[in-house]
Amino acid sequence: MTAQPKTIQAATFDPVLARADFPILSREVYGKPLVYLDNAASAQKPRQVLDAMERFATGEYANVHRGVHYLSAAATGRYEAARETVRKFLNAKHEDEIVFTKGGTEAINLVASSYLGPRIEAGDEIVLSVMEHHSNIVPWHFLRERHGAVLKWIDVADDGSLDAEAVAAAIGPKTKMVALTHMSNVLGTVTPLHEIIANAHTSGIPVLVDGCQGAVHELVDVQDLNVDFYVITGHKLYGPTGIGALYGKRVLLKGMRPYNGGGEMIREVTRDLVTYADPPMRFEAGTPPIIESVGLAAAIDYLSSFDREAVAAHEHRLLARATAALEDLNWVKIVGTTPGKGAILSFETEGMHAHDLATILDREGVAVRAGHHCAQPLMERFGVASTTRASFALYNTLDEVDVLIAALHKARKILG
Amino acid sequence: MMDESLRELYQEVILDHSRHPRHFGVLADANHVGEGHNPLCGDRVKVYLHVGAGDKIDDISFEGKGCAISQASASMMTDLVKGRSIAEAEKLMGGFLHLVKGEDASAIGADDREHLDVMAGVQAFPMRVKCATLAWHTMKSALEGGNPAKSE
Repeated sequence: MTAQPKTIQAATFDPVLARADFPILSREVYGKPLVYLDNAASAQKPRQVLDAMERFATGEYANVHRGVHYLSAAATGRYEAARETVRKFLNAKHEDEIVFTKGGTEAINLVASSYLGPRIEAGDEIVLSVMEHHSNIVPWHFLRERHGAVLKWIDVADDGSLDAEAVAAAIGPKTKMVALTHMSNVLGTVTPLHEIIANAHTSGIPVLVDGCQGAVHELVDVQDLNVDFYVITGHKLYGPTGIGALYGKRVLLKGMRPYNGGGEMIREVTRDLVTYADPPMRFEAGTPPIIESVGLAAAIDYLSSFDREAVAAHEHRLLARATAALEDLNWVKIVGTTPGKGAILSFETEGMHAHDLATILDREGVAVRAGHHCAQPLMERFGVASTTRASFALYNTLDEVDVLIAALHKARKILG
Repeated sequence: MMDESLRELYQEVILDHSRHPRHFGVLADANHVGEGHNPLCGDRVKVYLHVGAGDKIDDISFEGKGCAISQASASMMTDLVKGRSIAEAEKLMGGFLHLVKGEDASAIGADDREHLDVMAGVQAFPMRVKCATLAWHTMKSALEGGNPAKSE
């Protein structure tokens, strides 16, 4: 992908310029300008991603790793180039450490099934935090149901922070895996990964990190983290749905059994036996999300074309403005207030249920999430059935924060 | 200026029911209890009924936490079905499910319609229909003594 000319601006980041890349952001809903603050659920797609996918589909598309014809070679080249783009994005050492998946959920299921499944016995423990998304809970529940594994839950503090020492203390002789989010999709809490991973490794315990939120907002270096598995999803990264990636250390991936069986993942199939391809192909049965891989690479290129520190600073300005405004309202309680958190703002509103609030905000053009955010253990921890969540992306503006706050006041007038 | 459909959805009657729900709490002598869950938002509701001779709903109550729509709907439901037969309550439920989806709700008699019309505002908010129907589904599951209700 050639970088877009507008991306030359370095240390500063202009969200208004970036907005122009996202066609959907210029639309209205109910006659009001769209204020899209549901980015933690899924981010919008820039023209650069949509164009890359269309150009590929109209000019170079075919199945990959199969045909000998021109287009198949071209498509295979693009697919593998996308893998290299992901490798660079995560600073993995080797390209074969990147497995394309349907998304973050499939990547975690893959590790649970193919890595831990054969290695776990009744009574063995998997350490999780209470702020995990269901996608980083349910695959481990499968191992509890099917193998008698025990889930050990690490609580968060009242401000939403996760104590690295609490994780270390939970690791015992029966621990087989630590699985944690990089950034909570509800609280915005950023997990102290370096310390946790180093601690786990002193006991020889592998760590899986769910980076579906984290990779969007933080720079990720899997070698520096020394993380064993790291999971991303495309659609939250301004890329398409239907694609994600699993980073796994080469030595771990090599020792894992296949996940799905099918084409492309084999070395040889006879009537009596089958041998499997090496990673990453071993884990990519069937025709992969080819067009989506090109879209994901374009999304990573797009995000990387900005100064990521400047983008993060912008997102934190949005968060700070919204946080300050909410703190002024005595009928609003923010859930997740730990310093250094990501640009995700969940809150409760006294006398207003999150669903009613979200309905009213919606009519003001403001899209937020209301509910349990696929994190029911966390909701239980904070004693709430649901919260309202505004989650920010690079294209949001300070003006949009003001629209959100004004809409909140309006909702209060209607429901309060 | 307020969106007309919002005004319709959050009418004073609905807000009043949700703030001061009728028949709220545990019914000590209930002989039918049902639990409902809206997986979308995590809201839960419990409906208690005492069904007496002639399949008559002598008493009913509900408890739970939820949005204004679900609370108001539950509250109005308890008002309306108390003293009715199970068959009448089920007929009313059928009509109500049609009403909130904007379908033919002629199964609801004129008097009931007067009370339930305030819920018709939900028609304009398809994402909220489940909120309005949760308590009714829960009552049905309580009467059938079956599995926990989900608002579908």
